[in-house]
Amino acid sequence: MILQDVMTVTSQKEIARNIFEMKLQGDLVSEITSPGQFVHVRVSDGFDMLLRRPISVAEINHMKKELTIIYRAEGDGTRNLSKKAEGDQVNVLGPLGNGFPIEETKAGETAYLIGGGIGVPPLYELSKQLTAKGVKCVHILGFQSEDVVFYEKEFNALGDTHIVTVDGTRGTAGFVTNVMSQLSDDFATYYSCGPMPMLKAVQEMYREKKGFLSFEERMGCGVGACFACVCRTTEKVEADYIKVCSDGPVFPAGVVAL
Amino acid sequence: MNRLAVELPGLTLKNPIMPASGCFGFGQEYGKMYDLSELGAIMIKATTLEPRLGNPTPRVAETPSGMLNAIGLQNPGLEHVMANELPWLEKFDVPIITNVAGSETADYVEVARVISTASNVHALELNISCPNVKEGGITFGTDPVVAEELTRAVKAVSSVPVYVKLSPNVTDVKEIALAVERGGADGITMINTLLGMRLDEKTGKPIIANVTGGLSGPAVKPVALKMIYEVSQIVNIPIIGMGGVMNAQDVIDMMSAGASAVAVGTANFVDPFVCPNIIKELPAKLDALGVEHISELVGRSYK
Repeated sequence: MILQDVMTVTSQKEIARNIFEMKLQGDLVSEITSPGQFVHVRVSDGFDMLLRRPISVAEINHMKKELTIIYRAEGDGTRNLSKKAEGDQVNVLGPLGNGFPIEETKAGETAYLIGGGIGVPPLYELSKQLTAKGVKCVHILGFQSEDVVFYEKEFNALGDTHIVTVDGTRGTAGFVTNVMSQLSDDFATYYSCGPMPMLKAVQEMYREKKGFLSFEERMGCGVGACFACVCRTTEKVEADYIKVCSDGPVFPAGVVAL
Repeated sequence: MNRLAVELPGLTLKNPIMPASGCFGFGQEYGKMYDLSELGAIMIKATTLEPRLGNPTPRVAETPSGMLNAIGLQNPGLEHVMANELPWLEKFDVPIITNVAGSETADYVEVARVISTASNVHALELNISCPNVKEGGITFGTDPVVAEELTRAVKAVSSVPVYVKLSPNVTDVKEIALAVERGGADGITMINTLLGMRLDEKTGKPIIANVTGGLSGPAVKPVALKMIYEVSQIVNIPIIGMGGVMNAQDVIDMMSAGASAVAVGTANFVDPFVCPNIIKELPAKLDALGVEHISELVGRSYK
């Protein structure tokens, strides 16, 4: 069920340049059903910054009723959010959307998790859940440059992790596809989240593979009512369009027209 | 006595609060979060004769105390709305106001004729003010002669009262209001969004793919109040007021300006529970003002 929850900030840290990790505690956490779902966050208590910000859930701790979001403080809204401190409250709507299907990869199989920039966070909870059920996860994570790389250690603890930076300041230089082309094609499933050009390249390279892509689009309501975040579909599906917020954000590869 | 109950042409409202068209889909999403029967009415998303896919994305952008949208009247079309959306809403004890849009008069007339026969549709809202489509929409709402003729044509075929939704993007909204009244409108809904733009800081290019979008949210409330204040004093048909309503005080303001009922739009995106919350807060607001029935507030800004 979707809740509007006034959650409490239990920690907030800048983990890379302008990249913030925020932990929030509240009842909403118990409603989260799959990795890759997102929350819609108010960034101001007044009406100056009106719209909620959709931010994916990076980690869930059901015991502590705590979730982690990782976001880039880029505009006024997210910069405002980054000023929240431990003990402050944040109005959160969620959980929203449909996450990554972990049941699509069996224990003993290998999954490739491919993320770009601020698309990397939801892959963390995904990897935790996949590895917990016995899936071998390989992470290919692309960033702009070394100063915005985050969670390298955390992903490394779960499985092989390849870091790629556009400017080559850390790991392989270039794009995630540079690493993908060096790796074996011997895996069962891929899961990806990141900018549209990256998703397109990943889908193209792994055309024969079973994959799931998580999309982002500017959103209004976040619940499917306003039709702001629609994407056109391919001939593979009957519907002419999908809504990223409520039909997605995760879709099987090949569904969304890229 | 229900101190929030309001009677308008075609509409027996248990309270004067309704979600505005385009901000509530066809009710299904919010129906999962609360009982839609709590609402005074529901203005469902614009329906056109044929399905429409709408504009390219990005379709929304935030602006100071507001937002721009250019959805482009995306909807599944008349046949689907009649077969699926309206029947789904029948389980709720709430009158439906259907927003009718089109590219030419014949489209409006056909949608109005058919959709007004649905058992839970108690009124139509004629959309002559959508700023985000190339044909139809606002082009019908900026010329008083065209607006009057379209209103008359739709009135001739509609089985339920017709409210006309006015655009603020005109030189003199009073002229259009009088024209639709002459055309036989049973009521007016106002205001639709104000045309605006936002530019990307780095590229200088418009963020909205449609280049321009409709501005809504608290930023437009003063404009709405002024226009409702002006129009309500010169027409003899009721106004459903809208434009930046976020809370119960905004409802009081709209009614004081001259609205008989109030629609809530953008606020649904900020707080999905805003409509039921406003309804709960209104009695205390009336108490504080020493007002017994909410309709006593209508037009008190000039009375």
